Amino acid sequence: MTQQEMTREMIASLGDVVPDLILLGGGIVILLFALFAPRSAQVGAAMLALVTSVAAGVATIVMFDGRQSPTFFDTYSTDDVALWAKLIILAATIAVIALSIPWFARDPRHGEYYTLLLFSSLGAVLLAGATDLMEIVMAIVLSSATSYVLIAYHRRSKLASEAAMKYFLIAALTSSAMLLGVALLFGLAGTTTLSGLRDGLSDGAVALIVGAALVITALAFKMGSVPAHAWMPDVAQGAPAPVAAFVTTVPKVGGLVALARLVSVLPVTIGWRPLVALLAAATMTLGNLAALWQDDVRRLLGWSAVSQTGYALMALAALGRSDLAIPSLLYFLLAYVLANIAAFGVVVELRGRTDRASYAGLARAHPLLAISLVIAFLSLIGIPPLVGFGAKLALFTAAIEANYEWLAVIAAINTVVSIFYYARVMAPAYFDEMTTPVPVLGEWAASATYSLTIAVIVTGIAAEPFLNAMRAALLLPG
Amino acid sequence: LLTATIFIPLVAAFGFALLPGTSDDSGRRITTLRAAATVLAAIPLLLIIIAWFRFDGGGRFELVESAQWIPTLGVGYKVGIDGVSLPLAAMTALLFVVSIPYPVDFRGRAPRYLALMLFLESASLGVFLALDMFLFYVFWDLGLVGMFFLIGAWGHDDAQRSALKFFLYTLAGSLALLLGIIGIYLQTDPRTFDIPTIIEAGVLPAGGVYSTLVFLGMFLGFAIKTPTVPFHTWLPPAHVDAPAPASAILAGVLLKMGTYGFFRFLMQMLPETFARFAPALGIVAVISILYGALVALAQTNLKRLIAYTSVNHMGYVILGLAAAGWAVSGEERAQAIALTGAVVEMVAHGLITGALFLISGSVLARAHTYEIDEFGGLAGRSPALTGTTALAAFASLGLPGLAGFVAEFQVFAGTLSIQPWLAAIGLVGIVVTAALFLRMLQKVFLGPLPERWREWTDLSSVETASLTALLVMVVVIGVVPFWLLDVIDTAASTFTGP
Repeated sequence: MTQQEMTREMIASLGDVVPDLILLGGGIVILLFALFAPRSAQVGAAMLALVTSVAAGVATIVMFDGRQSPTFFDTYSTDDVALWAKLIILAATIAVIALSIPWFARDPRHGEYYTLLLFSSLGAVLLAGATDLMEIVMAIVLSSATSYVLIAYHRRSKLASEAAMKYFLIAALTSSAMLLGVALLFGLAGTTTLSGLRDGLSDGAVALIVGAALVITALAFKMGSVPAHAWMPDVAQGAPAPVAAFVTTVPKVGGLVALARLVSVLPVTIGWRPLVALLAAATMTLGNLAALWQDDVRRLLGWSAVSQTGYALMALAALGRSDLAIPSLLYFLLAYVLANIAAFGVVVELRGRTDRASYAGLARAHPLLAISLVIAFLSLIGIPPLVGFGAKLALFTAAIEANYEWLAVIAAINTVVSIFYYARVMAPAYFDEMTTPVPVLGEWAASATYSLTIAVIVTGIAAEPFLNAMRAALLLPG
Repeated sequence: LLTATIFIPLVAAFGFALLPGTSDDSGRRITTLRAAATVLAAIPLLLIIIAWFRFDGGGRFELVESAQWIPTLGVGYKVGIDGVSLPLAAMTALLFVVSIPYPVDFRGRAPRYLALMLFLESASLGVFLALDMFLFYVFWDLGLVGMFFLIGAWGHDDAQRSALKFFLYTLAGSLALLLGIIGIYLQTDPRTFDIPTIIEAGVLPAGGVYSTLVFLGMFLGFAIKTPTVPFHTWLPPAHVDAPAPASAILAGVLLKMGTYGFFRFLMQMLPETFARFAPALGIVAVISILYGALVALAQTNLKRLIAYTSVNHMGYVILGLAAAGWAVSGEERAQAIALTGAVVEMVAHGLITGALFLISGSVLARAHTYEIDEFGGLAGRSPALTGTTALAAFASLGLPGLAGFVAEFQVFAGTLSIQPWLAAIGLVGIVVTAALFLRMLQKVFLGPLPERWREWTDLSSVETASLTALLVMVVVIGVVPFWLLDVIDTAASTFTGP
């Protein structure tokens, strides 16, 4: 292929990345806007970010045309798994923007915050569509670098700095491990595209196992799974609450999809399936045990986010063995993102209130917020008819169908354990009397939280359109 | 019809949840709210009575209503009744109608309390009427959540702890049940959660690790809920600390979900595996009977005593079910009798224990204690309380002419011809319950009246009306049981064969 032909094909493929380009363009426009707009008009950046995300979402929906194919010389995919992941990421981004508006209202220079947010979102979007190791590296770095700044956005907060430092160190460590892993895999297969790896990798080589393990570690960092999960609780506690909602959800979506793509091209004989199952069991158990006695609600949500990654990994262990593996992964991600951001939304609306004891009597002071928190938690536990139940049911079914009964049993036990710490927050909110007055932030955060709560109920009862569509999703190059 | 039965209280519950709370617990507004909730709760009862008359007893599911829900997963919305679920649903609806108006300390949150009770009514009826495993599980779990908040918010003493224990235990059971449901679901082809289809297809024959695991998972779920020994430890604290109407619902309705599950899932869907485990179940049942009775005998706390008799009575139910599912041939009639007895026991226990727990609430409201030793001679001060308690207690210990006797007679009559030894040991339980109820009646109502209860007031008109409604049914079933037995027998003889 000549240089000219390649250029021509790349231009022709641009139609496959319209949502990604919209995010990129929107981010740049906001950056320019924030530079020149007066302080009083900085909130315009948020509106621009909302418009950008909605536009990208619409562009993604338009792409659901049944044409699920690789693009850009097999480095990127427009399969339905990527599109669903993008939609989930964009929905999360929109919700986080709404939560951020009141949170940053007094910050004089918050315009550029939205640029970072959109770029971070773009990183996750790219990660969800990437079918090339170099592409995955680039997406991870984009997502991590922006998240790092977002976490430390309140420069004077010690907790935020600590969280950002921890995040940065683990990111740096896992990213460099990943580069090493990519180099090894490239050396073995002679290419970095996943389709090339699928054909070029033969089993048995120690280098293959090491290389794959190093790449998986970097993705584990993005997902918040064992062994690179340690940043999750600190970020949830220290970062600005809307950022915590963002960083505990959005990169996870990209990371899980990327890991699904990667393992599906690895030779089964290197034992990735039991490895993923083991990671799943370890992650959910560790997350839940660590959350048990947390008296800090945001930290508790961070550990709960770790455990939820463990559940999601069950779907990956069932890849190729159960038809439900992919739909259950996507539906679970949808469920998790809605409920988790709803829970953080309550925290944001309560001005970041984080001490468990200070939630006492919430049901009397703010009945709607209390019910939102309860519904979000019940969905995370997996109580029907909320969306989290259908998701867990699908995950359990996929795991059992894939002969991972023991994993389903561990997940069930973990679910019981998780009730304990969720109930430790719900119980005082409903059963105790109010101790202090409870100031709230404002309408943007409240309406975002309520919308998510309603979505948790509606997408749970009306699961059919989602599951039916997700069932048709392909995972390329699988 | 059945859909309306489930969803009218649900809609009503949302209506009540939106009403603002009140600062005090008396006044006309509360009275109106309570009356409105009672009327709304009575609609399902009315609808079920209509269903009863339309029921023709062909041995199949009747009045079925179904719709597509999540066809991708094989989930449908389907409700219907047979000879087992119809009496249980009727008992459930009646118990809610009498429990909702029963006086309770609202703590300034009357609308929420009433909303939760209506919500719970909807979920409970849903469990008994659902004919789809997914739908069943939805209502099953909603019932748990509703009860958790009811105990936690309106209970007394260590209510939060009891509520959490209840929630953890029963949800653990739920998840075991869920895994069992998935296990059955994966064996269907095409994949479906539809209960009649699964029963007919007999998807999981006995033998093999797989069917044993599925059975054990579901068994765990239902045994925790029922509860049988050794899974009963959540029950006493939850019952004791819950507000009285919630205890009545918990004992009367929620425990039946477990025994109903034994029949609908384990016996009907996995009959061969059930037959293999029937001896073990029979032993568990007898242990529950004896243990429940003996521990109840040792209680000095009125409500704990009633709670443990629930363990004892659920033992009779399981014994009847085990006998009915036993792998014997030629004893079909006896097995049908045992099964019918078990279902009558479910209904009778719901009515009787419901009444006893409501009574204990009246006692607490007046005395602020449950300690039996602190009472005495109340018969002189409160004839209505004494009469209702005596009647309920006699019914519970199985006095002929009352509902408990009909149930226990059939259970033992059926079991005797199948496993005489189990029946003989189980009979000891009846003797012990008789002793403990007589002792309780004697200590509380006879003897000298302590000085502090000189001002004891008798039951109010609402309390009397609620208890009378329950006890009238107990007497009716005791004296003329055939209308109930015939309905149950349509399902029982279909199961065991003629």
